[in-house]
Amino acid sequence: MEKLSVVTGVAAPLERSNVDTDQIIPAVFLKRVTKTGFDDALFYSWRQDPGFVLNQPVFQGAQILVAGPDFGTGSSREHAVWALRDFGFKVVLSPRFGDIFRGNSGKQGLLTGVVPEEDIEKLWAAIEAQPGVEFTVDLETRTVTVGDLTVAFDIDDYTRWRLMEGLDDIGLTLRNESDITDFETRRESWRPTTLPARAQ
Amino acid sequence: MTDNPVSGDVERTAAPRTLAEKVWNDHLVVKGAEGEPDLIYIDLHLVHEVTSPQAFDGLRQAGRPVRRPDLTIATEDHNTPTVGIDQPIADLTSRTQIETLRRNAQEFGIRLHSLGDIEQGIVHVVGPQLGLTMPGVTVVCGDSHTSTHGAFGAMAFGIGTSEVEHVLATQTLPLKPFKTMAINVEGTLRPGVTAKDIILAVIAKIGTGGGQGYVLEYRGSAIRALSMEGRMTICNMSIEAGARAGMVAPDQTTYDYLKGRPHAPQGADWDDAVAYWDTLATDEGAVFDAEVNIDADALEPFVTWGTNPGQGVSLSDTVPDPSVIADHNERAAAERALEYMDLAAGTPLKDIKVDAVFMGSCTNSRIEDLRAFASIVKGKKKADGVRVMVVPGSARVRIEAEAEGLDKVFEEFGAEWRFAGCSMCLGMNPDQLAPGERCASTSNRNFEGRQGKGGRTHLVSPVVAAATAIRGTLSSPWDLDADAPAGAPAAAASDEQKVGA
Repeated sequence: MEKLSVVTGVAAPLERSNVDTDQIIPAVFLKRVTKTGFDDALFYSWRQDPGFVLNQPVFQGAQILVAGPDFGTGSSREHAVWALRDFGFKVVLSPRFGDIFRGNSGKQGLLTGVVPEEDIEKLWAAIEAQPGVEFTVDLETRTVTVGDLTVAFDIDDYTRWRLMEGLDDIGLTLRNESDITDFETRRESWRPTTLPARAQ
Repeated sequence: MTDNPVSGDVERTAAPRTLAEKVWNDHLVVKGAEGEPDLIYIDLHLVHEVTSPQAFDGLRQAGRPVRRPDLTIATEDHNTPTVGIDQPIADLTSRTQIETLRRNAQEFGIRLHSLGDIEQGIVHVVGPQLGLTMPGVTVVCGDSHTSTHGAFGAMAFGIGTSEVEHVLATQTLPLKPFKTMAINVEGTLRPGVTAKDIILAVIAKIGTGGGQGYVLEYRGSAIRALSMEGRMTICNMSIEAGARAGMVAPDQTTYDYLKGRPHAPQGADWDDAVAYWDTLATDEGAVFDAEVNIDADALEPFVTWGTNPGQGVSLSDTVPDPSVIADHNERAAAERALEYMDLAAGTPLKDIKVDAVFMGSCTNSRIEDLRAFASIVKGKKKADGVRVMVVPGSARVRIEAEAEGLDKVFEEFGAEWRFAGCSMCLGMNPDQLAPGERCASTSNRNFEGRQGKGGRTHLVSPVVAAATAIRGTLSSPWDLDADAPAGAPAAAASDEQKVGA
C-alpha cells in the first residue's frame, strides 16, 4: 500500500447526501473477479447524464471528492472504494460516512476525512468560485487548504498512522500469531465448526 | 475510545454489562492500546461468490493459506439464476464469479454448497438453517446483511473484501468497539403487523445514519414474542439504520429453533453451551449509550415511499410533503426521491399501483415468511397485470415449502415459484425490474436502481406483499378484511407470527 501524507489535486463537488454504495458502483459491476479496472463503473448511472459533475472537463483528473452527509452508506461492497481509487480519487471528504465504507477505505489507502457540514459548504463555495481549483489535504495536520481557507478534518489516529505508513492489515495482525493460537486452544468445543459437514 | 464501553475492561467484569459487551469480551485475542483496535476472534466466516474472488486472489499473491477452513463455509447466492438451474449460467460474468468460487473453494479446502446442492441458498438463510449460527459467537461475511445472525445473540456483521481476506488468513479482525443502543419494543403487535413493520418503523424513526457506530440490541415484550424468523428479519435490516450489527438476547425460542440442527452442539456440548448462553443477556443496570422506544401496540403495516429505507410511513398514510421537512439535506433527498419514484406529495399510499411483487431476499424468504404470504393468497388470484415472484431463501426452504403444498398455493394464485437465491433483491441475476416498473418488495433496500435500472421499490412485509399482489395497489391484510363480505373469515387473523420452524 502506498504511503499517503499530503495530497494536492483538483477537488470535485458532489452536492448530494446519502450517496449509497449502489450509486457509487451498481451491483452489476460486482461480477468482476479482478481487483482493479473499476474506473468506468464509478457513479455509473449518474455519469450517463452529460451534466453530471464528473463529466465536466474541469473536474477531469480530480483527486479529492467533496460530498454531502452519509457518503458510502448501504452495501458493504469494497468495489466502491476500488472504483473511487481507480478513477483517481485519493481523498473523500464528507460530514458523515457509512461505517463499512469508511473501514474499507482505510485499508485501501483512500483517505476519508470527516468535515463538519458548514465547512463542506465552504469548500463547495470555493470550488464554485473557481472550478478546477486545487485543494491540499494534509494528513499530518488533518487540514484541507484552498487559497486562504483552511478547515480541519477528522480521522482517527490509528487509520491515520496506517495510511501514513502504508501498512498492510494482515501482516500487522500476524505479528500476534501466538496470541491467536493461544485463543484457539481455549476455544470451547460447542462453538461452530463447518467441517466435517453434518447432514440434516 | 473513552466513550466506548463495548469492549469493556477486563478488570471491570463485575460491573453490569450488555449482551454485546459480553460477546465482544469473550472474543478478545489482543486488547488494543488506547485508540487502537482490539483483535477479535471470528467463530464463523460465511463466503459467497461476489465479495470473495479478490480476497482469495490476495491470499494467492501473498502465498497465504486459509487458516481455519473448518470455520468457513461458502454458498452461491447473489448471481444464481432462479429458473433453469440445471442449465449453464447464461450471463458470462455471473458464470465467471461462480466458477471462480468453485475453483477457490477447491484450492483452499473450503466447504461449498453449489447451485443444485440441497444446502445451497442465501448465505444468511443457510447459516442458521444448518445450526452454524448460534448465541455468543462472532459471525462475519462479505455482505452487509450479516447482521441477520444477531437474532441468535451472536455478534454478526458485514465486512469488505479486504477483511474477508484478513479473516481467511488470520481468523481474526482488528476492530474498534461499537457503542450500544437499546431498541425497546414494548407491547403487542396487532394481527397483520409483523417484524418487518417493526424494523421499518425503527429505521424511519432513527434514520439511515442513526445507528452508525452502534450495535443495536432489540429488547422488550414485542421482540420476545417474535419467532426466530421474525428476529432475523429485524436484525437483518439493522444495517439499513446504519448499524453494523443488531442483536437479540437468546432465550427458549432461540434454543428450540437451534436444537437438533446439523451443526448445533450435541450431548454435553449442548448443556455447556446453554449454561453459557443463559449468562449472555444484558445485565440488570447495564447502561446503553443510547435508547430508542417503539410502541408495538400503535404500529401499523409500514411501507417505504422513497429511495432509502428510512423514508417510510404507515400504509394508511400519504406520501409526505418534502416542503415541510426542516433539514435541507433531507428535504432535497425527499424531493429527489419523489421524482425518482414518480410520486406526488399527499397521494394516499394505498392508491399506488404496482407492476410487480417480489417475495424473497435474506430479509423475508424463510419458511415462516412463505407461510405468511401463502396464508393471505391461498385460494385467491393475483391482480391482473401484476407480476408476482416468490423466491425461497434456500433449496431446503423450497423443499420444505413444497412438502407443505405452498408451491401449489403460489402457482394457483398466479405467482412464479422460483429456485433459491438473492434474486430481485439486488438484480445481479436476470430477475430485474424494467425501467419505470414499480414493485412491492419484501427485500431490504429501495435504493435507486437496486432492483433493476429505473425500477421503483416499496419495501413491505410478506403479508403486505401478499395483499398488494391481490389488490394490485399497496395494501395490507386489513384492506382485504374491509373488502370481504360480512361474515367472511378475516385474512389478517391468519397471519400468525409464531409459526414453528
